[in-house]
Amino acid sequence: MGKSVSSNNNQPFVQHDVIAPSRPPSNLVGPVGWVREHLFGGVFNTSATILIVLFLAWVLPPFLDFVLFDAVWTGVDREACIFNEAHPIVGACWAFIKDRFSFFNYGTYPIPERWRVDLFFVLLAISIIWLLKLSLPRRDLGAIYSFIILPVISYFLLIGSPALGLPIVTTNLWGGLLVTVVVSAVGIVVSLPLGILLALGRRSTMPAAQVFCIAFIEFVRGVPLITVLFMASVMLPLFVPREFEPDKLLRALVGVALFASAYMAEVVRAGLQALPKGQYEGAMALGLSYGQMMRLIILPQALKVTIPNIVSNYIGLFKDTTLVVIVGLFDFLRTIETARIDPIWAAPTVSPTGYVYAAIFYFIFCFAMSSYARTIEQRLSKADKR
Amino acid sequence: MKKWIATAALAAGAVMGVSMASAGTLDTVKSKGQVVCGHGQGLAGFALPDAQGVWRGLDSDVCRALAAAIFNDPNKVKVVPLTSKDRFTALQSGEIDVLSRNTTWTLSREASLGLEFAGINYYDGQGFMVRKSLKLTSAKELSGASVCVQQGTTTELNLADFFRANKLELKSVTFATNDETTKAYDAGRCDALTTDASGLYSERLRLAKPDDHVVLPEIISKEPLGPSVRKGDDQWLDVVKWTQFVLVTAEELGVTQANVDAMLKSENPEIKRLLGTEGKYGESLGLSNDWGYRIIKHVGNYGESFERNVGQGSPLKIARGLNALWNKGGLQYAPPIR
Repeated sequence: MGKSVSSNNNQPFVQHDVIAPSRPPSNLVGPVGWVREHLFGGVFNTSATILIVLFLAWVLPPFLDFVLFDAVWTGVDREACIFNEAHPIVGACWAFIKDRFSFFNYGTYPIPERWRVDLFFVLLAISIIWLLKLSLPRRDLGAIYSFIILPVISYFLLIGSPALGLPIVTTNLWGGLLVTVVVSAVGIVVSLPLGILLALGRRSTMPAAQVFCIAFIEFVRGVPLITVLFMASVMLPLFVPREFEPDKLLRALVGVALFASAYMAEVVRAGLQALPKGQYEGAMALGLSYGQMMRLIILPQALKVTIPNIVSNYIGLFKDTTLVVIVGLFDFLRTIETARIDPIWAAPTVSPTGYVYAAIFYFIFCFAMSSYARTIEQRLSKADKR
Repeated sequence: MKKWIATAALAAGAVMGVSMASAGTLDTVKSKGQVVCGHGQGLAGFALPDAQGVWRGLDSDVCRALAAAIFNDPNKVKVVPLTSKDRFTALQSGEIDVLSRNTTWTLSREASLGLEFAGINYYDGQGFMVRKSLKLTSAKELSGASVCVQQGTTTELNLADFFRANKLELKSVTFATNDETTKAYDAGRCDALTTDASGLYSERLRLAKPDDHVVLPEIISKEPLGPSVRKGDDQWLDVVKWTQFVLVTAEELGVTQANVDAMLKSENPEIKRLLGTEGKYGESLGLSNDWGYRIIKHVGNYGESFERNVGQGSPLKIARGLNALWNKGGLQYAPPIR
């Protein structure tokens, strides 16, 4: 970079090159520096670090012993997991999970027809990846596939259609993962658009729409989900003729979707109110219609600020699906609860194993949702950082 | 609030139930092509889905026997799992045809809830489990013992009654859930564990060392469990009732799933009537005459069903006890088919 020293020797020494900055002291950079700064910077930090490490040392080894090192991986019945001389300490009984794995996934869905459920899971996975992975091509087609084609295919695939050669499988036979996925997918897909409509309705200047939306939101938020499901399952059949009585799963789906929409409406409303009035006025000054204003100016910004709340609503909804057991549906958790009381697998660690499995399952789904939301947030927040 | 809803639902259900009944449940069942059967949400030995997702158990066998009698196919059963809150409403509203869900036969249920019990398929009752090391032979020796019991149940009240009636000193230790109660007993918090006898056997399997514990012979309460139907449809009540009697009669006459075909040639008039080779007993119920044969062919007799689901053929290994036939010291008795 620098020019070489001038040939004129009359001049005193002049440093023409820029001296490269010297490296910081070795104890301030690299892993050592990081540890010093983040783990042992000051009395408070140091003691917090030590306490946390002690806590982990206290909790983790027994947990890992139970889940991995003392666990039983193979076996056909309770004999594998009971305490005896051969193995006086028995950890998690994963053999039980292995034996009941298909029950946890399909419930009582007839065995010859279970490929239909598998196919549904594959189609659903394609739809989710197509919609959520931003680099994939033709995501407009993906949306049509996910919101129009997939529901129709799934309906005929899962319920069946004698015309297509698929025997009818009534929803009382559905269970396990299938029910959890169907209920939460419908809840998630329906609640956002419905919630946006309700939120716009609540802020609308049309009195009829406003009163209806306020009444709906406040009524639904005023009762527990368990009551909504209980009413739908027990009271509804008493008041409608048997021929028009909706299917049990449908009752739960409608209940969950309406319930989630009311909460979503309030989340979206918070986003709408967070926008400065200038955004609305600016849009109106440009001569945009109400629809254009909402679609192009307001909603994109309002939804962006509410992403964390929307996702936490979704996560809550996903876990709330366990309440469909009130209607007598066997969701994922219920299938575990049912299997763990089977005397064929009655052993001291079977119930804890079932619950650990359930916890892992719910954690994976919820963590995936929140991680994806975080990446979306980061992408959208680039605009604010300029 | 919940109570109010339940009352309203029950009242409305009772009204509906009467109007539904006139349609004739048996005809409805035949036209639907399946028996809609209310079960619990899973109880070991009584009704529980197995690894393949098929409902198995003593209560399930009642429904399978009904389907066998009506359709000659035990799988034509639609199972509706019910919680203990909504089981009666489901029956009254017509959502299910028969409730076979370890439900105790009591006066108030029959008199005011609009249902009718069709017999008793399991005589249950509250019992005690203790450690073998205590060397107890009777519950009457439990004076001063601490007993683990679930809170707020009739079990807790029965326990207090039993100890008071026998002038024993009681130290009860209560827990909110069944699981906690068993765990506490296993951990040595109390000397004895009490719940329904059928439950004791399944809880015992869950203990760290099941063989160190024994169920005492005393049964201190009456819990007759059986299937029930809506009030006001006598034909359907008869079908359910006599389906059960067929199971018991078959055991009494030694007719089993394995030998039922050979028994068709039997000269015993009672077996002839049971299997429908003589008389028109099935038709008088609105079924086919070989209904008895169908039930035994597909489900087996009561003894087989018992041993398979809760007895020696199952992990529960419950002794027949009160559920033995009347001529073997039990209470299972069926009126004659004639």
